[in-house]
Amino acid sequence: MLKKRVIPVLLISRDRMVKGKQFSEFRDTGRPNSAVRIYSSQDTDELVFLDIEANQGNDHSHESLISVIRSAAEECFMPLAAGGGIDSLDKVRQLILAGADKVVITTAAVLNPDLIFQTAKKFGSQCVVAGIDYRSGHDGARVWIKSGSVETDLDPVSHACALVKLGAGEIFLNSIDRDGMMNGYDLDMADKITEAVSVPVIVCGGAGNFMHLAEAFTKTDISAVACASLFHFGDNSPIRARSYLRNLDIPMRVLK
Amino acid sequence: MIGIIDYGAGNISSVIHACGRVGEDAESFSEPSLAVGYDRLILPGVGSFRMAMEQLNDLGWPEAIGAHVKSCKPLLGICLGMQLLFDEGDEDGPTLGLGFISGKVGILQTKASHRIPHVGWNSLNSTQTHPIMEGVKDHIDFYFVHSYQCVPVSDENVLARCDYGGKFVASVAKGSVVGMQFHPEKSQPAGLRILQNFAEWDGQC
Repeated sequence: MLKKRVIPVLLISRDRMVKGKQFSEFRDTGRPNSAVRIYSSQDTDELVFLDIEANQGNDHSHESLISVIRSAAEECFMPLAAGGGIDSLDKVRQLILAGADKVVITTAAVLNPDLIFQTAKKFGSQCVVAGIDYRSGHDGARVWIKSGSVETDLDPVSHACALVKLGAGEIFLNSIDRDGMMNGYDLDMADKITEAVSVPVIVCGGAGNFMHLAEAFTKTDISAVACASLFHFGDNSPIRARSYLRNLDIPMRVLK
Repeated sequence: MIGIIDYGAGNISSVIHACGRVGEDAESFSEPSLAVGYDRLILPGVGSFRMAMEQLNDLGWPEAIGAHVKSCKPLLGICLGMQLLFDEGDEDGPTLGLGFISGKVGILQTKASHRIPHVGWNSLNSTQTHPIMEGVKDHIDFYFVHSYQCVPVSDENVLARCDYGGKFVASVAKGSVVGMQFHPEKSQPAGLRILQNFAEWDGQC
């Protein structure tokens, strides 16, 4: 049986790791390499690295991301996904050569959806994670791009369907409203997206305790939960998360 | 020394690092004529069956890999690399494979309720013992990420199956050739054990 995944997210900013609230108010949370070592020793299911500087006009941020991925790939033998500012096949190739197994494409998925198609064609759909950052508004939810700084008129559900048609192999769904708030995932949207697409969906934004992870798995058909604050602030770890979820009969990975 | 076949298909650094971790020297090489210098070869792969075979054919790999296999030296195919070991794949239209193992590769057969690609951690049901699976217990999970499955003609070539809304073949072996649909290099301790087994296996056939 396929197990549900718990995925720590590492936000990368100028060689450091940060965590904010609603895509702002970022706090330094240490060195990415140290975090990678700890997550590796905890046999984490998978890691996602997102460069949050790329859309802020920092031309060198991609090199920082590549170097973080390169050292992570030397250190740990688990699936690695990298994203942030990926706007060309060349950047995809660089990240994969550095050791990424998958790339997360978010802003370019709106501005240049052909990149999703081209990446899937060249590297396979399994390599393409389409990121969807969104906020809720009075007239429904809308997709936002460039690290949550620019609103689009796209509806997250129809956007997800379009990206899957283009070849996306997974959806990384990130609620900006819930980001860093630790008050639970947006399960309504997770439910709508998983109903609408046939590829695995990773939900992100809002996990504050293990019950939030359990709720996401029992109330929706998501394949994975992603979290940052939950592991950054406090003494929680993926090992403890797995054992909590396993006790609730949610299928978790067996290591030994 | 393990040679990792570099035909332009993706993340091979992870395979090199993982071999290094189990104490085995490994390097990638992109010139088929150099294959003869390696005791063991690993065929990795991401992307589509068709595109990968086109690249292998253009660069003259099938002959070099074929000579390696003919001399009973071990060959390990990982993920798409396992699929390429078969006669034929139908991803992006029918394409001939390397033909070391009889059978075809088709879209993953599963229930409608199961998402494709099959991504994440899943366990094996072994159907026979093999040196490459030494010390690997059945309930341990490995990392899978794929949309296609291998369908061998003979059950004799099946080492393990995996359940994802129906059983599919997760590992195969024939002579000195073995294949893993999952990624041992991404499966932490259990995966590293398989790479270590491969490094110690003489490929007797």
